[in-house]
Amino acid sequence: MKILTANRLTDGIAVWYADGGWAETVDHADLAHDKAADDRLEAIGAKAYAANEVVDVNLIDAEVVNGVVQPVRLREKIRAAGPTIRNDLGKQAARAA
Amino acid sequence: MYRYDEFDHDFVQARVAEFSDQVQRRLAGEITEDQFRPLRLMNGVYLQLHAYMLRIAVPYGTLNGKQLRMLGHIARKYDKGYGHFTTRQNIQFNWPALSDIPAILADLASVEMHAIQTSGNCIRNVTADHFAGAAADEVADPRPYAEILRQWSSVHPEFSFLPRKFKIAVTGAERDRAAIQTHDIGLHLKKNAAGELGFAVYIGGGQGRTPMVARKIRDFLPEADLLSYCTAILRVYNLYGRRDNKYKARIKILVHETGVEEITRQIEAEWQELKDAQLKLPEADIRAIEAYFAPPALAERPEGDQAVKLARLDSKGFSEWLDQNVVTHRHPDYAAVTISLKGIGEVPGDASDSQMDAIADIAETYGFDELRVSHEQNLILPHVARADLKAVYDALVGIGLATANSNLISDIIACPGLDYCALATARSIPIAQEISRRFASLERQREIGELKLKISGCINACGHHHVGHIGILGVEKKGSELYQVTLGGSADENTSVGEIIGRGFSSEEITDAIEQIVETYLGLRLDPQEKFIDAYRRVGPAPFKEALYAGEAKAA
Repeated sequence: MKILTANRLTDGIAVWYADGGWAETVDHADLAHDKAADDRLEAIGAKAYAANEVVDVNLIDAEVVNGVVQPVRLREKIRAAGPTIRNDLGKQAARAA
Repeated sequence: MYRYDEFDHDFVQARVAEFSDQVQRRLAGEITEDQFRPLRLMNGVYLQLHAYMLRIAVPYGTLNGKQLRMLGHIARKYDKGYGHFTTRQNIQFNWPALSDIPAILADLASVEMHAIQTSGNCIRNVTADHFAGAAADEVADPRPYAEILRQWSSVHPEFSFLPRKFKIAVTGAERDRAAIQTHDIGLHLKKNAAGELGFAVYIGGGQGRTPMVARKIRDFLPEADLLSYCTAILRVYNLYGRRDNKYKARIKILVHETGVEEITRQIEAEWQELKDAQLKLPEADIRAIEAYFAPPALAERPEGDQAVKLARLDSKGFSEWLDQNVVTHRHPDYAAVTISLKGIGEVPGDASDSQMDAIADIAETYGFDELRVSHEQNLILPHVARADLKAVYDALVGIGLATANSNLISDIIACPGLDYCALATARSIPIAQEISRRFASLERQREIGELKLKISGCINACGHHHVGHIGILGVEKKGSELYQVTLGGSADENTSVGEIIGRGFSSEEITDAIEQIVETYLGLRLDPQEKFIDAYRRVGPAPFKEALYAGEAKAA
């Protein structure tokens, strides 16, 4: 399964494509289950990049754990949560609050 | 320290205005990311995992209190309350919004700072011995020459689009604290038999995926020829350095592929065309720049000896800190102090906004308003009267920065690694923290003695692992982090590249492996005076391999 991720142009914050927009958390990112869906997400990413909404657009591997979307690779897990050394920073900080 | 002249002010202000306009146009969608990326990189703005990152230049690592306080202000107002000091003596902020960067740069310009040439294929921030101007063993302060190089290299039209980035370091002492032999150009300021100042010139050092120790191409270059000779080196590099493969584009590869004799011949030939022209430094100009770096007027403070003696008796903590973090100054009543940013279990090189404010206060009160960033990611108070050391220590205790571990195993260089960096393949900081906690006992650390441990989270080697006495390189293997260990590296006047000791270790195993290496060293050293690096050079890798892997061989 794949999801679409990028960083928002204005502040660089990591975002994931979910439900027709760019969400600040990965939890409910739109999942692509096949090649056609991958292509659809890629096209959305390319369009958002061209529209200067986001930068560094990537389609990444994901899985669903306990009903929540999670990236597969450690790098992407860290992007989705924040630095592993500072729980008060990044997405995980908002989650704890 | 150096003060901007009218030209510097205009130059930095013009750049702030230019880049602010570029940011506005980018945010308005008038320029694309492909067009903007090289512009933002020229101004120190990267995109990392979580956000943008802004790298601010601290020329040759020299700062004053006002500047450090401004960095604290930026951390507080625009970032998340902390900054990260780097191995190029710079500082990075990990969370700035692009839309705030014009305001940050304007704030920086107000204290004579900027982020120009902290990225890109240009000549980067010139680094220098962090004890420059204070060290008892230096021939002369290397920073005036670093400043001359800064002025020459700033938006140098010929050298703004080199094959790859280019790093220069200068030291003024025989004992190299600036790691000059790991640089594209390393300059060792020295005196010849006639007492004249000049440089031993090294080229082609570097780390990354192809680590190389620099080669000396000149034993003595008169100071007046500094710019013409560096220009000759850069011209040869710019002309012949590879542009087809970014991994082979640094000057070290050119030196290696061309041969040091041939490239020296090319540089000398180029230099013949340049040496007596406009790049020759007039004596008056060198001395004028030198005047900016005139040391503070250090009044006699002979009461220091007695004060230190009494304070030692009074406080074990002070006594330990004095032995470890305080070094001899050229003036006997003074000392240079290392403020360790390596508290046990802390993130190497990080300082909070309030710590920056407090350090600025200490520098202004006790340190003649002078501070340095060391390439080992610590801060330095270069001139403190021995009589004031206890007061400085107490103030540092108050902000949690009095860890007495300079040059010990927990004084670790670590890159940001996969916790922040888009290029990293493994985490560095948590490994540094775990090793630091394992060796938390300062008594044990002192028993081990000088040991430089350096960690990189990818092959680009920002954590200098190749030149760590113990180096750790984090890689990704089959989706997991794996840590390779190198031994025997060194970044001083006897620079060497460490050797890979064997198979890598998982994140759960690596701290045990490091402890095993340390225990092996303790078991084989001739006496407590034999440092880790000296013992390793004497015995080689075999005993360490045996200790780490013998069990496996038997099991197999």
